[in-house]
Amino acid sequence: MSATDAIPSAKGPKGLARLGAEAVSWLQAAPLTLVLGLFLIFPIVTIVIVSFWDYSEYALIPDVILDNYTYLLSSPVTWSIFLSTLGYAAASWVLTLLIGFTVAYFLAFHVRTLTWQIVLFMVCTIPFWTSNVIRMISWIPVLGRNGLVNQGLMGVGIIDHPLEFLLFSDFAVILAFVHLYTLFMVVPIFNSMMRIDRSLLEAAADQGASAWQTLWSVIVPLCRPGIVIGSIFVVTLVMGDFITVRLMSGGQGASVGVMMNNEISLLQYPAAAADAVVLLAVVLLMVFGMLKAVDIRREL
Amino acid sequence: MSDVTTTKGPLTATKDASGTRVAGLSRRGLLKGAAAVAGLAAGSGALTGFPTIWAQNIKNVTLRQFGTGVSNQNAIAEKVKEDLGFNLELTALDSDAVAQRAVTQPQSYDIADIEYWICKKVFPSGVMQPMDVSKIKNYDKIAKLFITGKLTPDSVIAQGTAPHTVGFVEGEDSTTFADAPTGWMTMIPTIYNADTLGIRPDLTKEVSSWADLLDPDYKGKASILNIPSIGIMDAAMVSEALGEVSYADKGNMTTEEIDKTIALMIKAKKDGQFRAFWKSFDESVNLMASGEVVIQSMWSPAVAAVRSKGIACKYQPLKEGYRAWGGGIGMAKHLTGLERDAAYEYLNWYLSGWVGAYLLRQGYYSACPTTAMEFMTADEWGFWMDGKAAEGEIKAPDGKVMEEPGAVRDGGSFQERMGRVACWNSVMDENKYMIRKWNEFIAA
Repeated sequence: MSATDAIPSAKGPKGLARLGAEAVSWLQAAPLTLVLGLFLIFPIVTIVIVSFWDYSEYALIPDVILDNYTYLLSSPVTWSIFLSTLGYAAASWVLTLLIGFTVAYFLAFHVRTLTWQIVLFMVCTIPFWTSNVIRMISWIPVLGRNGLVNQGLMGVGIIDHPLEFLLFSDFAVILAFVHLYTLFMVVPIFNSMMRIDRSLLEAAADQGASAWQTLWSVIVPLCRPGIVIGSIFVVTLVMGDFITVRLMSGGQGASVGVMMNNEISLLQYPAAAADAVVLLAVVLLMVFGMLKAVDIRREL
Repeated sequence: MSDVTTTKGPLTATKDASGTRVAGLSRRGLLKGAAAVAGLAAGSGALTGFPTIWAQNIKNVTLRQFGTGVSNQNAIAEKVKEDLGFNLELTALDSDAVAQRAVTQPQSYDIADIEYWICKKVFPSGVMQPMDVSKIKNYDKIAKLFITGKLTPDSVIAQGTAPHTVGFVEGEDSTTFADAPTGWMTMIPTIYNADTLGIRPDLTKEVSSWADLLDPDYKGKASILNIPSIGIMDAAMVSEALGEVSYADKGNMTTEEIDKTIALMIKAKKDGQFRAFWKSFDESVNLMASGEVVIQSMWSPAVAAVRSKGIACKYQPLKEGYRAWGGGIGMAKHLTGLERDAAYEYLNWYLSGWVGAYLLRQGYYSACPTTAMEFMTADEWGFWMDGKAAEGEIKAPDGKVMEEPGAVRDGGSFQERMGRVACWNSVMDENKYMIRKWNEFIAA
């Protein structure tokens, strides 16, 4: 939809002024429309189209077949992969929310001066100065069979045998997710908390509310937009991830992203596209559900 | 395999429209420019009909070679420049990517450095040209393994895609593999080896069979490589050794055999047998060196890499035999004229000994052992080929000490190792099904 299409169809001969105003609106909307159309709509449409194609070992064959979807939806393996991906997302969400909320609460209500709030907030972001992959890989010598944790625990005498579940396991995957994504929870929740009028807290105290009651009945409800925004970040990032799962599970864990990565490396683009379409639908549903639960526009 | 010959769609190979090829730098430059845009066919098509000008100077030629990392080593390109005067550009990719690129982007390379099982997929699609045996000077010295398939006249031919079965075609324009040696070779064999399991002898008991990979003693300490076409062979060696599955031909399994093999692997995975799966050389080295894994599929140089860290690691010979693989170099269909001459010169140089010795020093085998011998010391030859104890230090090509005096190669001599090949890396008729099942194993 470009601006030029729209102008001739602009209704009403009433005057050039109106036409001009409408044209200006179209023109103003055009850049964003163009950018979104080119970089969002077009790729997604392409993926949807390719997901119906057939493929051989070396070629994509334009066609309309439902094979990719029937295999995807009928195979117990893909179901279990989607389930395990959802499991990762749920566990990471709960943990990042708890930790993120606590950190934000501490920053917003316990740190009194703005300077210290800024300093501590910067401290939270320091790990993000290195790359994702580096932060993940650095867990490996820590958690390994002969890693720091196991050596430490064995040195102190708490365990006799190294703990195997620490590395190349679901535990390791979720740990890495929490490590990588908690900040995405901290930032929006902190932002919401800073907007809370402090006199509300005083009013609650005056009415005899305990600290827990204030937290639960005043702060949490007012933080809901921050929580939802943080949740959307964490859930979508975890659902689409493949490298964390691959590295931290030692290639044994399964997520939709890993499945797609495998398919792409074997030139099975249509199968990967079908996965992507289904994943997109699932994630959109989740985001839709979250936005239904909290009306961000009204509360922000 | 019919899939390959009937390629359609956007990733399909662009047929070479250039016809005759004019030598020289500008021509190459033009082609490269043209290759960068989608209108490749149109671009090079426009150049046909120019008079063929033979540049006298072969130094202007650049051959672009791509393949897996094993033999795509810069030292080889440097030596080519020194010995032959022309340029060799190398691109290293993983096996899957190599197979894809060989077929889908035939204009992007002049020399394909691929494994024989990849050749079985690639050659029938018509993107490569066979080589005239009469132009290969050392043809007679090529190991018989690649000609007749037999190391010694009474050896049994192993299962899988044995190199000699895809080593020849009927004629110059043929894409059908010949049953017996003809005058047209698909690839010049360059490198091959016998693969087995790597173990940490300090952390395992005696290992003698592929079945030991699933030994409950190594629960949570085993690993297998996650490259479907190779991993499935290791899995098959294990299943067969356990007596759980019997195969008519491990290199070409039926869907039922694939199902049984994968079911066994999934069960082992669910029982927690595997610590990790690896995809790259480095991963396998790290898993072994850190002690996360004590028994796994491994490649020969990875064993050497672990050992060079001062950690005991053994490339354990197993009673069921080895899984072998072989690689070679072939010419792209579009090579003509001076560039083809340069390619032949390169192939002949490859077989003339220096590269053979270079690869032998890394633990691979040379396809022309007798020429490689001239480039090695008697001690090196004794260690790598004859299975004798090293008299002095055995050094890698970069000068790093690999073995101390007195060391003996794991598995022994060339005859002992290559003579006990149980199957070759291969591509199956049920390849697509196998890959799907393999992915289920990885995801299970």
